[in-house]
Amino acid sequence: MATAESELRRRGALTHPDVGKYSDVNRDVLKVLSRPGRGWWVLFGIALAGVGIFFLSWFTQIVRGIGVSGLNAPVGWGVYITTFVFWVGIAHSGTLISAILFLFRAPWRQSIYRAAEAMTVFAVMTAGLFPLIHVGRVWYAYWLVPYPNSRFLWPNFRSPLVWDVFAVTTYFTVSAVFFYLGTIPDLAAARDQARGLRKKFYHVIALGWRGTDREWHHFSKAYIYLAALATPLVLSVHSVVSWDFAMSIVPGWHTTIFAPYFVAGAIFSGVAMVITLAVPMRKFFRLEAYLTVKHFEAMAKLCLLTATIVLYAYMTEYFLAWYSGEPPERGSFWNRAFGHYWWANWIMLTCNGLVPLMLWFKRVRRSIAALFVISIFINIGMWFERFVIIVTSLSHEYEPWAWGLYRPSVVEMGILLGSFCWFGFWFLLFTRLLPPVAIAEMKEVIPPPMRGAKEAS
Amino acid sequence: MSSGRQGFFALFEHLDSTIEACKALRAKGHKGFRAYAPLPEHHLLEEGLGLTHSPVRVFTLAGGLTGAATGFAFTSWTSVDWPLITGGKPILSIPAYVVIAFEMTILFGALATVIGLFINSRLPNFSPMVAYHPECSNGSFGIYVAAPAGQANEVRDLLKGFEPAELREDPEGFDV
Repeated sequence: MATAESELRRRGALTHPDVGKYSDVNRDVLKVLSRPGRGWWVLFGIALAGVGIFFLSWFTQIVRGIGVSGLNAPVGWGVYITTFVFWVGIAHSGTLISAILFLFRAPWRQSIYRAAEAMTVFAVMTAGLFPLIHVGRVWYAYWLVPYPNSRFLWPNFRSPLVWDVFAVTTYFTVSAVFFYLGTIPDLAAARDQARGLRKKFYHVIALGWRGTDREWHHFSKAYIYLAALATPLVLSVHSVVSWDFAMSIVPGWHTTIFAPYFVAGAIFSGVAMVITLAVPMRKFFRLEAYLTVKHFEAMAKLCLLTATIVLYAYMTEYFLAWYSGEPPERGSFWNRAFGHYWWANWIMLTCNGLVPLMLWFKRVRRSIAALFVISIFINIGMWFERFVIIVTSLSHEYEPWAWGLYRPSVVEMGILLGSFCWFGFWFLLFTRLLPPVAIAEMKEVIPPPMRGAKEAS
Repeated sequence: MSSGRQGFFALFEHLDSTIEACKALRAKGHKGFRAYAPLPEHHLLEEGLGLTHSPVRVFTLAGGLTGAATGFAFTSWTSVDWPLITGGKPILSIPAYVVIAFEMTILFGALATVIGLFINSRLPNFSPMVAYHPECSNGSFGIYVAAPAGQANEVRDLLKGFEPAELREDPEGFDV
């Protein structure tokens, strides 16, 4: 019992003095659900307009054909696949924070993980649209499902593109289930404070949760198993995405470091996106007592770690291109740095390699304004990283007469812009309908109310 | 229909009194009572109620193994069903199929975990919220006991001994 006592007293090390009781968490978090401010409506309006641009652009492509995009030989993968990889990467840090840091018992994840997990689900929902857009004839998208064709020939399971279908659909299903299960106790808390129709709504989506010992017992065990399954899953998904490239023989793609390099880059971009989302959330919803400087500093350290891995991977790529002695491989990397798309490469290196090095300074890590600016640089840099890998490599393969250039069309840029609004649309809805901070899990880092403690003091 | 039992809902402000009350109830041989908490408090679950293992793990394991077997069987069977050599690779390209089997292990394992959770915790539970107190999702703990008529006084005294913030009595006890 002595160890249990000290363990209970250690809780509270991470919480703000304003959050001392369990009921404080309910008060502060459920307040967010009750009043949509004017700022929220403005952002929601912008997001809706962007979603309109997204579907208008896609509709144009459906009506007039894939020719309205800039895709052609030799660059058959452009902005759509770049943006697909970008959004799948963004998703990764949500699972890292919700599952991997859960298994590692990192208590700072508690206040941020709900928002990060929501980001994961919506980012995969965004990413999942891009293969459908990219295939052009979207009404044949069901061909992605593994079933035998009219001549009873099955898909080729040796193809990384088929692996990708399995990886991304599994990732979406598992992260959505994990996200929803985690919210159930908090939906019950929302139900108990709501009235009328909202109460009925929360009662149904909380599945009638009551918080009994039987429910909590199986829930907490199931949560551990789901986290244990999600951990290898998140590492596998971006590895499989990287094999879409690495399994081919295109110079600049065909390397064995791609899987770890992509996974590190994914977590890097995802943590940056969490910071980009958490800074305004903290301010608008007055969650300063929950998302403290300590939380941001921990995320900044994660960013710094992954930034150095990514920078190391960039240098390894260049070194191996030179060391291989292969003219096409050397040519591909020379083209990256000094060819037609030199600017994309240098944006990538600046935003992902140099700017995050500022995070070595503690003052930068503890400044929320600085982190917000750096996180936006990283978001831009990581989009360009995928653009550099995909477009410059395809534009400069083996035969000089097969080299070519690619220029994104207005339709492609509309879909790229619209994808951010589509993501924002879902995220804004989330902040209004579901508790954006995990209420029950926040209580785990608050010292529990003890009768014995009162007598002792 | 009267069950011949009386229901007690005791609301506690403190974690330690809830744990002690659960221990006392168990010591007296009461089985069908429920403790309520606003968080997954493992001290309450393990010390107070003696809960250790959950059968959910069997579901996870069974789901994962089924997924792995399905993934390998599906890819191998479809390859053998129409043997077509592509890229000079063997008809049964096991390393490539590991990726599919791996993803299906995770998918089936996760879905089976959810099914196991729902079966074991009896969710979704849309029966009327009788044995419940809305404070239990906020800042308080609770215990619900459906005591047989002969033991009602004993249970009432026991719960009162731990100084509940509120003790509600229902003329009828429910299975919870």
